[in-house]
Amino acid sequence: MTEFTLWDILRNLLLATRWTIVLSLVSFIGGGAVGLLLLFARISTRKAIRTFARCYIELFQGTPLLMQLFIAFFGLGLFGIDVPAWLAAGLALILWTASFLAEIWRGCVEAIAKGQWEASASLGMGRLQQMRYVILPQAMKIAVPPTVGFSVQVIKGTALTSIIGFVELSKAGTVVTNATFLPFTVYGLVALIYFALCWPLSRSSQFLERKLNVAHRNH
Amino acid sequence: MSYHFEFNWLLQYYPEIVKGIGITLQLILIGAVLGIALGIACAWARALGPAWLKPIVAAYVELIRNTPFLIQLFFIFFGLPSLGLQLGELQAANIAMIVNLGAYSCEIIRAGIQSTPKGQFEAGASLAMTPFETFRHVVLVPSLQRIWPALSSQVVIVMLGSSVVSQIAAEDLTFAANFIQSRTFRAFEAYMVSTAIYLILAILLRQVLGIVGSFIFPRRTAR
Repeated sequence: MTEFTLWDILRNLLLATRWTIVLSLVSFIGGGAVGLLLLFARISTRKAIRTFARCYIELFQGTPLLMQLFIAFFGLGLFGIDVPAWLAAGLALILWTASFLAEIWRGCVEAIAKGQWEASASLGMGRLQQMRYVILPQAMKIAVPPTVGFSVQVIKGTALTSIIGFVELSKAGTVVTNATFLPFTVYGLVALIYFALCWPLSRSSQFLERKLNVAHRNH
Repeated sequence: MSYHFEFNWLLQYYPEIVKGIGITLQLILIGAVLGIALGIACAWARALGPAWLKPIVAAYVELIRNTPFLIQLFFIFFGLPSLGLQLGELQAANIAMIVNLGAYSCEIIRAGIQSTPKGQFEAGASLAMTPFETFRHVVLVPSLQRIWPALSSQVVIVMLGSSVVSQIAAEDLTFAANFIQSRTFRAFEAYMVSTAIYLILAILLRQVLGIVGSFIFPRRTAR
């Protein structure tokens, strides 16, 4: 029987961490883009569009991410679309991330004083111009800490893609465990790698929040 | 290629679905009650506890909040037996959910405790209450009342997250969906229906927590 050293285990886990990072980045960037569209829909002046966005958010926040992954992976295949695990994982995570980011950002947009809307409207700006030049630049500032904080949820969310067979850190943990029969060591290391990815983000989110509060107090 | 939806066959699997819903509810009930209890204890330790306890609790909270629930579950179910602690799948799922919610609710409840006006602590002390009595009788309930909405959403998140316990063969709603899928190959319907059930459960759970909240924290006439 082959003996595995700690370095063998760690090396394989670290190689798989690449895919966790890539998937997190794709989900976060894609989710941000879709989330921005959703944000515009959520605060649209038309009721039908607002309702659609609200239902979308309720649907994706009110159901387990795992189920969304299953539907993307098994469900789409039934329509004759060949869905590889990475595509289903990316798609489900993007849509899921978008629902949370849209809701976080909506809070930030609504935190902007109403006078700003009125002032920009009185300058003859259209709704898009108002958003682009007046509201979003201010909302973006308060949106940074919670957005960074949510990126931690995205990284943790990618762990679920191991269940539909995408080989990232969690899946590698299972594979390495099956080869080495050392679940305590392997899952312990997997947890530590996730911690090393997420903790700096959590901390910087807290740091940014504190910095922002200080900045506001000085006004 | 077109696909014909067919939901009638689901009826024959309703015992599995009902059983799955039962296990999911049982998990979240135990998880919520004990998890919030753990959260209160940890929040007390972090906000008002002895100095040696604070870093330990802080490490626990940070470790849990920065690792995926799935890995915590695997660590408890597959990892702990090598330390001689053999757990059934439901026990492991319960422990994982309690430990997970404990860490998140600790932070939420701590925010509530720390937003208590200082005068409340002083008032308690002036009535000759010990710090613990002040916490128990004066600080805790209003703190919980303030953060109850945030705590409720965290409980819903943990309920939805519990779908991964099917991975250690705990027979919850997701397990039932997987079982039906593997028997009938009707993946889309099986997962659609269970997703809809999760959505209903999430909405109901939010309502129930709201009602529970209004029971525990009756409106005071004088404020």
